[in-house]
Amino acid sequence: MKQYNPNEKLDMHDILKDLENYRPKRKGWVWRKKIDNLVMGGHQYSDCSEPLKNSIGIPAAVQYFDNLNPQPQETITTEIASGRFEDDIRRMRMAAWHGADHIMVIRTAGQSHYDGLIEGSPQGIGGIPISRKQVRAQRKALDFIEDEVGRPINYHSYVSGVAGPEIAVMFAEEGVNGAHQDPQYNVLYRNINMVRSFVDAAESKKIMAHVDMAQIDGAHNANATARDAWKVMPELMVQHAINSIYSFKAGMKKENIALSTVPPSAAPVPCTKYDLPYAVALRDLFTEYKMRAQQNTKYITSSSREATVTHVMNMLISKMTRADIQSTITPDEGRNVPWHMYNIEACDTASQTLIGLDGLMEMIELKTEGFLPEKVRELKERSILYFEELLEVGGYFEAVEKGFFVDSGMYPERNGDGIGRKIHDGIGANTVYKRDDDYFAPVTAHFGYNNVAQYDKDAIDNPASLIGGCTLEDPDKIVFIDELDENDNVNVRMAESEKYRNTNMIKPEMEWLADGTVVVELCLPTSKRIAEFAAIEFAKKMNLRDPEAIHVEVLHPSEGVRVQVKGKLDFDLDISTLEIPDEPEILSFEELWDEIERNPMKVVAATVGQDEHSVGLREVIDIKHGGIEKFGIEVEYLGTSCPLEKLVDAAIELKADAIMASTIISHDDIHYKNMKRIHELCVEKGIRDKIIIITGGTQVTPEIAVQSGVDAGFGKGSKGIHVATFLVKKRKDMQK
Amino acid sequence: MKGYLKREDDFETRRQHLAGLTNEELKQKFWELAEKTVDPLLEMARTHTSPSIERSVLLRMGFSSIEAKPLVEGAIDRGLIGKGVGHIVYRISKEKNISIREVGLQMIEGMHWEDALSIFKGGNHNETIQS
Repeated sequence: MKQYNPNEKLDMHDILKDLENYRPKRKGWVWRKKIDNLVMGGHQYSDCSEPLKNSIGIPAAVQYFDNLNPQPQETITTEIASGRFEDDIRRMRMAAWHGADHIMVIRTAGQSHYDGLIEGSPQGIGGIPISRKQVRAQRKALDFIEDEVGRPINYHSYVSGVAGPEIAVMFAEEGVNGAHQDPQYNVLYRNINMVRSFVDAAESKKIMAHVDMAQIDGAHNANATARDAWKVMPELMVQHAINSIYSFKAGMKKENIALSTVPPSAAPVPCTKYDLPYAVALRDLFTEYKMRAQQNTKYITSSSREATVTHVMNMLISKMTRADIQSTITPDEGRNVPWHMYNIEACDTASQTLIGLDGLMEMIELKTEGFLPEKVRELKERSILYFEELLEVGGYFEAVEKGFFVDSGMYPERNGDGIGRKIHDGIGANTVYKRDDDYFAPVTAHFGYNNVAQYDKDAIDNPASLIGGCTLEDPDKIVFIDELDENDNVNVRMAESEKYRNTNMIKPEMEWLADGTVVVELCLPTSKRIAEFAAIEFAKKMNLRDPEAIHVEVLHPSEGVRVQVKGKLDFDLDISTLEIPDEPEILSFEELWDEIERNPMKVVAATVGQDEHSVGLREVIDIKHGGIEKFGIEVEYLGTSCPLEKLVDAAIELKADAIMASTIISHDDIHYKNMKRIHELCVEKGIRDKIIIITGGTQVTPEIAVQSGVDAGFGKGSKGIHVATFLVKKRKDMQK
Repeated sequence: MKGYLKREDDFETRRQHLAGLTNEELKQKFWELAEKTVDPLLEMARTHTSPSIERSVLLRMGFSSIEAKPLVEGAIDRGLIGKGVGHIVYRISKEKNISIREVGLQMIEGMHWEDALSIFKGGNHNETIQS
């Protein structure tokens, strides 16, 4: 694969080329490297990890702190679910630049019931069909992206459903670094037979362990499914424990086993009173295991603002307790619109919050008496009572049959509404077979009874040696299948959007190249239902195809309603036809500071003519507004309504390097006339070749100002740094 | 209604035997119970196999997902899955002195199964989980 610089888009054709021979460059999960007392940008951070080589910080970092972007110690997840892996790759690159190092690829709806591996690259719904080709292409791209940002990226998907062991093998072969694996998820939410699920799970886990994959469990789903999410807390701990200890005993290291834990509640309930004791109880019991802090999605709505606040509240819990992996649910999960930009926003939210809370627990501590420890104790006891009854009725399978799980009561309260399954029912029922005494499998990472000795006693620890190594030792034995469906594959999809691939043509996009989708936000002074339909009509008149209200929020029953509408644009744009003025050149703060320190500069400034406005000029001068004083330039401010001659005389008397005149009033072109007069006065007094004249004002057009005889004009939006840059460069030119 | 148990919260009466335990003892108890729960499940996994497990073995032996499927079905149809499907391919490969991959592809075409049946003496007739 070719090496791309940040200004180059990844070429999907290049990624797909020679894929059959691609081998992942590494395997296994990688945690961030914590750095004690990291110093960055003059600040000392307590809870941070190694910085990135290439990244984009939060907006404030970019605007005010020279892209200061310390990285939290927690692994940051982004979930990607567009249904087209080729477009997901571009989103992965964006997310990695915003701090994500755990890329979780959601599977297409229904894959868990597919009895085998999916091959090729069919399009998915709500995720991609996880196939070898799609996984290999994404891992190949991530192998480049991780070098670009300078931090390993963990690639993750799902080892669940009826084909778990096969998917685990494919993941192990292809360098997938983490996966969800929890047989309880199959049983409770996918109605896959419980016996099959647990037997398969042991094999899957053993394979995952062989390549050091991290595992995330599925307990958080109980939280999302239960009627009152906070009542399921005792059961959640039971579910976490079952999968954790089962995984450990199947061969996984405890440090690779992560609990998918969700703060169970959300405002408007007093959520911290539920979420904090629960988080503490869980971490008390699972000290040796990792915590993957998932965001609460049970109470998510279509408000992206609200989802963001929930995310922040949840991260406060993470910070006050412990999280090894911090999830970021895109704030638009609640409206099923997987925009690129919201993935990135969620990564930024994690970065902003975790960095903002850096060092929190060095300053505060959780109480060891009162409400918190009492609740913690109660939750632990309730979960133990749960286990006791589960064993009393005969064990896990019997408990599932009796509807123990996802009951809406706070255990031991039971409401009789749990999810029950029968041991001989479900998908894959009665497909588990007893191994005979001579059962044998000549492969690596096989769980359970394996009579290798019948062929070679020396091969007991390495059964694959009997076949000269399996695919886990010799990747050349892997059979790569390219495509099976000639109509539903990446080549067909890419041909359709080829016009927009690395050409001058662009279209807005939400998830897929050139999908044309945009969002428009309107505030309409009417009632809810009228606003919704009116918004759609407005969108149609804005030439949006298939407009749909994705969020409606009442500001007042009659005075106003906020509506977000999405729709598609049918036209595109040739970027070569754009007329884009050159960007004003800006020197860095350090460059300006160094120059002025070596070579001090003095400026006289005033608002000239009969003009009393001073705000704009003060902004360009004042240190607190980022004006030119910030860079060490000395300013003699003569005030407002300053006669032109007085300004020029002051410049001569103070031996100033420059005159700065602000002219706001523009009636009858008086501002340009004033500029011309300043220039003439300087010529008359014999200083024009030694002095810089600059003017500014909201109605000043730079080109006309220069035609009027001054050296530069600064219009609307000009900042101190633009003026300082010009002054420094102009003075250098004049000294030549 | 599903007919599952309904019960008021009787936490206070149920917890009596736990009330005197320290936090550390509580944690220990929690994990003892968790182990007790999973141990029979692990034993079942240790002594059983499934079509997906057998297909995963064949993948590791160098067969594609498309090839693994009919091989496992062939073994189930003949009551031989309890031997391990990879085992059958391995054994026939040894007996016939043909490479693993080649012999597997021939078995997909229907060859060698009679030999497998005689070598493994009819198998164990796919004994499934009964509980």
